[in-house]
Amino acid sequence: MISRSPSLIGARVTRVEDARLLTGRGRYVADLDAPGAVHVAFVRSPHAAAHVGRIDVTRALAEPGVVACLTAADLAPLARPIRAESRTRGYRATDLGALASGVVRHQGEAVAAVVAESRYVAEDAADLVGVDWEPLPAVTDPRAAAAAGPFVHADLGTNVILEREFRTGEVEPAFRAATLVVADRFRFHRHAAIAMENRACLAAWDTGRGDLTLHSTTQIPGMIRDALADILDLPGHRIRVVAPDVGGGFGMKTILYPEEVAVAAIARRLGRPVKWIGDRREDLLTSSQAWDEQVDAELAVDGVGHILGLRATVLCDVGAYSMYPWTASIEAVQVISFLPGPYRVPAYRGAVQAVATNKAPMGPYRGVGRPVSAFVVEGLLDRAARRLQLDPGEIRRRNFVRPDEAPYRSASGVVWDTATFAECLERACRIADYEGLRRQQQEARAAGRSFGIGIASYVELTGVGSAIPASPGADISTGTEGATVRVDASGTVTATFAIASQGQGHETTLAQVVAGTLGARLGDVRVVHGDTAAGPIGSGTYASRTAVIAGGAAVRAAEAVRDKALVIAAHLLEASASDLDVADGVISVRGAGDRRVTLREVARAAYAAGRRLPHGLEPGLEATRYYDPYFGTASGATHIAVVEIDRAVAAVRLHRYVIAEDCGRVINPLVVEGQTIGGLAQGVGAALLEEVVYDGGGQLLTGTLLDYLVPMATDMPPITVEHLDRPSPSTLGGFRGVGEGGTIGAPAAIANAVSDALAPLGIEITELPITPERLFQLLAVC
Amino acid sequence: MSEPVTVRLTVNGVAHEGRCEPRKLLVDFIREDLGLTGTHVGCEHGICGACTVLINGEAARSCLMLAVQANGAEIATVEGLATGGTLHPLQEAFREHHGLQCGFCTPGMLMTALDLLRVNPQPTEAEIREGISAVLCRCTGYHGIVKAVEAAAKVLVPAKRV
Repeated sequence: MISRSPSLIGARVTRVEDARLLTGRGRYVADLDAPGAVHVAFVRSPHAAAHVGRIDVTRALAEPGVVACLTAADLAPLARPIRAESRTRGYRATDLGALASGVVRHQGEAVAAVVAESRYVAEDAADLVGVDWEPLPAVTDPRAAAAAGPFVHADLGTNVILEREFRTGEVEPAFRAATLVVADRFRFHRHAAIAMENRACLAAWDTGRGDLTLHSTTQIPGMIRDALADILDLPGHRIRVVAPDVGGGFGMKTILYPEEVAVAAIARRLGRPVKWIGDRREDLLTSSQAWDEQVDAELAVDGVGHILGLRATVLCDVGAYSMYPWTASIEAVQVISFLPGPYRVPAYRGAVQAVATNKAPMGPYRGVGRPVSAFVVEGLLDRAARRLQLDPGEIRRRNFVRPDEAPYRSASGVVWDTATFAECLERACRIADYEGLRRQQQEARAAGRSFGIGIASYVELTGVGSAIPASPGADISTGTEGATVRVDASGTVTATFAIASQGQGHETTLAQVVAGTLGARLGDVRVVHGDTAAGPIGSGTYASRTAVIAGGAAVRAAEAVRDKALVIAAHLLEASASDLDVADGVISVRGAGDRRVTLREVARAAYAAGRRLPHGLEPGLEATRYYDPYFGTASGATHIAVVEIDRAVAAVRLHRYVIAEDCGRVINPLVVEGQTIGGLAQGVGAALLEEVVYDGGGQLLTGTLLDYLVPMATDMPPITVEHLDRPSPSTLGGFRGVGEGGTIGAPAAIANAVSDALAPLGIEITELPITPERLFQLLAVC
Repeated sequence: MSEPVTVRLTVNGVAHEGRCEPRKLLVDFIREDLGLTGTHVGCEHGICGACTVLINGEAARSCLMLAVQANGAEIATVEGLATGGTLHPLQEAFREHHGLQCGFCTPGMLMTALDLLRVNPQPTEAEIREGISAVLCRCTGYHGIVKAVEAAAKVLVPAKRV
């Protein structure tokens, strides 16, 4: 048995990234400079829908410092439209040009690019571009739009981009046999990601080599590279996409945006580096948004609260375009995929319609559909418990998939490799002192106060392998990642990945996996990622996949390097490889610690070759390995929110928050806690504050951070997080993904807590976020 | 476009002189003309706080000021916090307590917390939350930031007494 440095995996080590980020030495796209770079400002539509007539650039071109003014006609020969294909039956793809031609379909869509020597001049000149707009009627109500025109894409002849239905068991008989049916129409409003760094990109075209280098605020450099090869008609190896330090992504930066195509095409046309730094207004107008569903759902239970059936009809407003690579199905279909939650649902029917409107396009955002499905199913369970006079914890206990039932195929066909759901609930109740909270509630109610406790349990599929694509039907590969682990002749280790980081700390956690597996010192491992020219093929970071898939590839590559190092060390030490231990960069003969070589000495031998290597052994000390977890693995949790309603000002006060989660084998507790609490904050925003609002004409009313409210430090409650640390049986390393869970559980838990607080008034929350205005309206009718 | 004007200011103890248009934002002057890109731009309308710097010792939004308005001022940016490769105790506490993830709000958060601790060297948790609510962080949920500022306050107060 070979010892490793196991303590490194699971160690609470501080992050490698922090030193540069804390000292202002991070390098984000806006910080990058290129000699001779010019700046782009886009001319954007003030209308939600309009024909684009003549575009007059003469005044803009006359402005000193302006280099070029380009329209769709200029870019058309250089770039094909972005088109997200899907194998899903009945799906309708949309064409999205780098610049709009003919028609704009949402406010903020770009029709021209002004290129100038400075950003100030480019923005001045953009104001001088004259566009003959012919406004069209805006499509803003998805229910009306599903039934009739006008159509956002006239050529499609419908606004319904996609319909999907899952059906398991005998649904109608289940409802007929039920003792109790609870039903409601749930509404989860539109949400924006608000990464603190706005989108930006810098493209450089090397006219001598015919190479394109694109630095972009992207989560998916690999996918962008592959897509640009097709769109720009360039060989893939002529394109390098780099995601440097990126200031948050949360899924919103997993899309190929038209600005990335435009900037690349303009750089090629002008032969100069071209930089676009988006501002917050552009972010709110044009970055992908989330949720925006109306869900009609019914739950059938027997007299003791066992679920007999669940049925739901989901209407999802997907905005103006079906975005690459995920398609408009990503948010919409995920709602019905995860509605059955961690429960045994013998009969299920979930149907969804994705409807195009003249709003910013829908994309994947932290949780993707599951915050909505948890809000609905957890809300229905609480309604059933209330009617049956059961404790909300108890109705969940009676319906959880049990550990002995795993692997369990859910009602929508997702496979849960383990089922630690009840354990998460019990742990959360213990941490929160659930019984004590209920006593506190009784006292509060006796004193006339509205005090509520909300439970939400969920399960998500993380580290999704090739068996189930991360976006059903989309024509992309999302199930694999690679890792290259190389020990150089100086004995230091470089581990290269195709994933990218937007703050998750991969330079630390993946180094822990490599060092722990290889037996190297942590400080000797450097992680390189986010650069398509640097290492193995892969797609990027999204869908809570990096720890599982890149982590698995890291385990494999590090094991291969370790095994070869042991063979070489055995030769140098004249020992058997099976008698060697490796730890902290030293390989020693077990029981004879003075017979040892360092990893550095082994590496020098590996490259020097000659007689220092066993006969016939290939020189070098590196390995590239790929990993596909095939199904993926279940990450589950229970959240408990404690709230009090200040009825005088219609405010929800979050008193306390508890999370018990099973994220498998923890690589770094510091990072896991950060991911969980950060996700929770976005869930708190979704539950109480954040809402993208359009008026009936498709005009964005929340175009600043004064109107679109994200949580501040004062909005967050005291939080306790505990991990179950049950290694996944189905992934290499036992890791499960943990990036999204906080956002999935929080809206449901908070909604349930508010309903619980207001139960004496007969109020049940059906609409998120619970803004003071909405709460005031609910309280006013009591 | 107006004629450029001369702006003289001190940043992190170093005197700088530059010429820029009167309309140039202070944050753009710091980033582009002085090459100090540690100060970030998140919203350009004074809400997110990523661009916060100290101007004559007080925290201020450098996206809501023109460079000419800072003429003659003493400015401190994140680049000036660490000395000789040693992190400032506040930076050290942020690292220790995972007070940052993507790092984009971090410079503004650090400068805001520094100002808070100057005005109120021993803040309560509620006062820390109130103090740093001037800066939006989308990654951390503020949990680690609050703990970091608490820890830094403990280190910084005795140090001042010496």
